[in-house]
Amino acid sequence: MKRFTLSMPVRYIINTVLIITLLLVGNQIMGSGILGRAQTAIIIQVGFFIILAVSLNMVTGYLGQLPLGHAGFMAVGAYAGALFWRAAVLPGMASVVGGLIVAGVAAAITGVIIGIPALRLRGDYLAIITLGFGEIIRVVLNNLDTITYGARGLRNIPRYSSFMLVYICVIVACGAIHMIMKSRHGRAILSIRENEIAAESCGINTTYYKVLTFAVSAFFAGVAGALFAGNIGILVPANFDFMTSINILMIVVLGGLGSMMGSVIAASVLTSLPLVLQPLNEYRMIIFSLMLIVVMIFKPSGLMGNYDFSMSRIIEKVVNRLRTGKTAGKLKSGK
Amino acid sequence: MSFALHLINGLQMGSIYALVALGYTMVYGIIKLLNFAHGDIIMVGGYIALFSLTLGRMPALLAALVTVAGCTLLAVIIEKLAYTPLRFAPRLSLLITAIGISILLQNLAQFFFTANDRGFPGHLLFPTGSVSIGGLSIAYTSIITVALSIASMAALHLLVKSTKLGKAMRAVSEDQGAAQLMGINVNHIITFTFAVGAALAGVGALLYSVRFPLIAPTIGAMLGLKAFVAAVFGGIGSIPGTMVGGYAIGLLEALVTAAGLSGWVDGVVFLLLIIVLMVRPTGLMGRPIMEKV
Repeated sequence: MKRFTLSMPVRYIINTVLIITLLLVGNQIMGSGILGRAQTAIIIQVGFFIILAVSLNMVTGYLGQLPLGHAGFMAVGAYAGALFWRAAVLPGMASVVGGLIVAGVAAAITGVIIGIPALRLRGDYLAIITLGFGEIIRVVLNNLDTITYGARGLRNIPRYSSFMLVYICVIVACGAIHMIMKSRHGRAILSIRENEIAAESCGINTTYYKVLTFAVSAFFAGVAGALFAGNIGILVPANFDFMTSINILMIVVLGGLGSMMGSVIAASVLTSLPLVLQPLNEYRMIIFSLMLIVVMIFKPSGLMGNYDFSMSRIIEKVVNRLRTGKTAGKLKSGK
Repeated sequence: MSFALHLINGLQMGSIYALVALGYTMVYGIIKLLNFAHGDIIMVGGYIALFSLTLGRMPALLAALVTVAGCTLLAVIIEKLAYTPLRFAPRLSLLITAIGISILLQNLAQFFFTANDRGFPGHLLFPTGSVSIGGLSIAYTSIITVALSIASMAALHLLVKSTKLGKAMRAVSEDQGAAQLMGINVNHIITFTFAVGAALAGVGALLYSVRFPLIAPTIGAMLGLKAFVAAVFGGIGSIPGTMVGGYAIGLLEALVTAAGLSGWVDGVVFLLLIIVLMVRPTGLMGRPIMEKV
């Protein structure tokens, strides 16, 4: 008997319905005032950490490279978006969306500029060079006093980052990265991770795909940066130091390299942990780092490995199980 | 400040960078691990020196020995607990574990010693005062720093080039499997390499604390990164290259400061790193890596 599969349009409909329901339910809960101020703040924070983790996961998990300068892209996006919003060249909603796009594009351009030289190197050296670029971005932001106000901080950024805006961005980011990864381009990216030389000899333009992945990842990091700026309202370059890059990497690694679901779960858990573990706050970073070490020693692929959640697959599985169960029953009774 | 003084400062910092960078290079040379925790071992060394001088009221030499021994012990424990189980794991896992150890050490230090700066009594460790050469007054600490680091590096060079242990270290870094077949205990050699790197870090911790007499849980991070840049600049895995790299970074920083651009120092250091990696991806004296299919 033929296996039951859902066709692509049906899958997309299922996903869209699920996402819209979740978003509306979330918005209702946020608007209803059940949650306190701290909870609301954390939930919004979770949002941009999800974007950061998912975008970094694209380079680390899918492309198999290890950049250590993700906070640099976030910084470029944050400053670009914040300056655009402050200038208020467009009216209302157009300004909000425009700022996000400007942030993403600025970060993506930085990503290409950094990516072209950086991606000539591999492994450890790539990690080092991106770390260097990340630090340079921070130093430049610190010294461009006339534009960024340096260490004094860029103030009076309009606070646009509402729950709806942040989570629409989360969905767009996850959706876009998911679709890229399911496409032909995504398979090319995965093949580079598995074996770069083999991929190249199969006719895949590895440089092009590496830079593309880098740029897409930087784009979403930039968007997350702008959301971050719109959330706290003040930017200082120290927000984007090496430790921030490491924090994002920690989320990706704990969640599982190459698992979007892992990134989302890890971002949510690690960001909201301080709220739950209020009395343990002093030990928070100690627990995190111990977790990281223990996970690396006992499950180097991260908590989720490269497992990804798919509603359609679960439905298919259930339907198939039911059907085969029935036929098996018939066969038995026939005997 | 005159230009000559800037140069002396650069030499002093360069000596410290070179010592710290050697720790990175030795570990990278032997197990291809970027030991991110190295900078934080120096931070712990700073605290050990501080407490043995103030709370323990130890004489300078004893405090120095305790610091070096403490750093060595810490590195060996880290290697045994965290790195040995990952000997055959993917390199990425090892790297992330090292980052984890680095965060752990920083936060443990913050937990036990608070995040506040603590003044370091440098005068208890090295003699104060200065000597005047050609109208230029040079602090004793600068001279001691440069001399001590050159002596340590010379000792390291002798160890690696002309002892049996050094030979074994070189063999393991060349080819672990073959070294094992020749009857070398690879595990012991790797632990020993970590220990030597950390001992140098201990000396580095003393010199650094005297140069910047404020100890805080985060001092190791930037020092570690810079020393790491020095190691990559000179060619990570190559001992003479690393020494050159250390002095180059120290002098470069001094020159940038002398030019009145002290806010840009970190940026220039990392820019240099990027240029070097672009032109010679394995550093000034690193061996090129051949890729096999």
